[in-house]
Amino acid sequence: MMKLSLGPILWFWSKQTVFDFYAKAAEWPVDTVYLGETVCSRRRELKLADWLEIAGVLKDSGKQVVLSTQTLIESEADLRALRRICSQQEYLIEANDQSALQLATQNNLPFVTGPSMNIYNSATLKLLAKQGLKGWSLPVELGRETLRQLIGELDAEGLNLPAEVFAWGFLPLAWSSRCFTARHYNLPKDNCEFRCLQHPDGLELRSRESRELFRLNGTSTLSGARYDLMRQMPDMAQIGVSTVRLSPEHKGMDEVVRRFDQTRRGEAPATDPLQLVEAPPCNGYWFGNPGMDQLHI
Amino acid sequence: MELVCPAGSLPALKTAVDNGADAVYLGFKDSTNARQFAGLNFNDKRAGEGIEYAHRKGTRVFCAINTYPQPDGWETWKSAVDRAAALGVDAVILADMGLLEYAANRHPQVHRHLSVQGSATSYEALRFYKDNFDIRRAVLPRVLSIDQVRGVAEHSPVELEVFAFGSLCIMAEGRCYLSSYLTDESPNTRGACSPAKAVRWQETPDGLESRLNDVLIDRYGKGESAGYPTLCKGRFDVEGSVYHAIEEPVSLNTLDLLPELKRLGISAVKIEGRQRSPAYIADVARTWRQALDKLDAGSGDFHVDPVWNSTLAGLSEGGLTTIGAYHRKWK
Repeated sequence: MMKLSLGPILWFWSKQTVFDFYAKAAEWPVDTVYLGETVCSRRRELKLADWLEIAGVLKDSGKQVVLSTQTLIESEADLRALRRICSQQEYLIEANDQSALQLATQNNLPFVTGPSMNIYNSATLKLLAKQGLKGWSLPVELGRETLRQLIGELDAEGLNLPAEVFAWGFLPLAWSSRCFTARHYNLPKDNCEFRCLQHPDGLELRSRESRELFRLNGTSTLSGARYDLMRQMPDMAQIGVSTVRLSPEHKGMDEVVRRFDQTRRGEAPATDPLQLVEAPPCNGYWFGNPGMDQLHI
Repeated sequence: MELVCPAGSLPALKTAVDNGADAVYLGFKDSTNARQFAGLNFNDKRAGEGIEYAHRKGTRVFCAINTYPQPDGWETWKSAVDRAAALGVDAVILADMGLLEYAANRHPQVHRHLSVQGSATSYEALRFYKDNFDIRRAVLPRVLSIDQVRGVAEHSPVELEVFAFGSLCIMAEGRCYLSSYLTDESPNTRGACSPAKAVRWQETPDGLESRLNDVLIDRYGKGESAGYPTLCKGRFDVEGSVYHAIEEPVSLNTLDLLPELKRLGISAVKIEGRQRSPAYIADVARTWRQALDKLDAGSGDFHVDPVWNSTLAGLSEGGLTTIGAYHRKWK
């Protein structure tokens, strides 16, 4: 049976909200939980010790815990934070850039890669496997056909590298040193007043014809439509996907997890997950189309 | 510091060489490089002529093969590396880890430069690429501030090349999927951002509209100058205000930073724009050559000639330039 994972929280939530979220997640039927701040170094509601405390609770509930690293590493302070994550031995690391790859391999730590790591071919997978890669996420812009071929090429070489697919949530599409939330409020990034806290599911960016295009989330830009591959789960299982990733939202996540869990067990009719944060669905990337497209298959 | 200029065609290449480029960079006529434009780039014959011309005048030639091959394209990308090596380029500019490994094993004598598309923003990332693929040089993404560039440069295990002039990406290059979200092509997959095939212009009663795959990117009133609808430079609605919510249409210009870049030991400055005309390349290359020569004259009192800035502003998007993220307040 395919595994379910909870990706790292991409938004900026208060410390209490994060603790409450994972207290509930400990009871959900997810197999793996990714923890940590992956977007902005100014988001310091939780320290590493806090994340490790949450990790302990989740581990005791039988979850596999993975510590995710920041996607865009820019400063010595970012590297110090990364080194702290790479100096613990208890949890697997999700490397989200080559700085993390370097520190993980240098410390002989096993690691997995997140969807922002550019893995487009099996040559890349093979070389990372030699360095301790234990699993990988498909970049969000790639689809079924590429994944099927990649898994086929790995199988042909007898290489077992579990593949994970980002399957539900707003897609992380770009990272910048610039903060678009601060820009919206005419604030400098260095004095942003932590406005992201007011937008637990981002700031909607629409075209002047009111089409939802993107969600601004501090220094990152996400899709304006919600990626939803629930109906593709049987196909994913068939081509050999090992884990399906659900990206945390602050409302209704328990229900989303429940429906994906039922679907992987073949128990439920493939009804759509509740969408408590209103947004249109999309699934284009999976079919090799523009990501924003919604195909009815 | 070396001046590295773009060459989207043989005439552009010759112009860059004649106007003082220390090196030029080019790509093949397919999606193996990040400037896949119709009518642009080189087949093997033209590349051979260009390389011969450049080498005769003491200019080096780099070949960009800096998109990410998927299983279907692997043979094509591998063969692009082989072709570049056979043509005698001085370096290949690569981003994909699998392809870097292939080039390092198969053609160890051809220098490898890490493309900006390889997204290395720290010296630890550079060490990864150096240790694994023995890269000689890396092009830094345009997201770093000058202080951050200093931090990288102090510990860098390889030569560094930074962007000096041209179009400005404000997202970390190599990890921006905005274009494939709206169209079916991105820099990583097809070497195209906001591809021309998806662009549509339309005069309407409300003004001139630019669309990308039918999505309204901008609408221009009378007297407003319209720019190419690169999707991050459009005007959008966020909570009821319509503005350049991601980025203004401006160009990067780092002339003012040259003395600092030299102090930091940066090896080369790079001009963006393989899609530009030979006339553009001539003006830009000549201006930067003059600036670098003045800098190297070494009297210590380098200042930017106002003529250089006005020349460059005239060639820039919207006539505006910025030093971009190099200036931290800009964020």
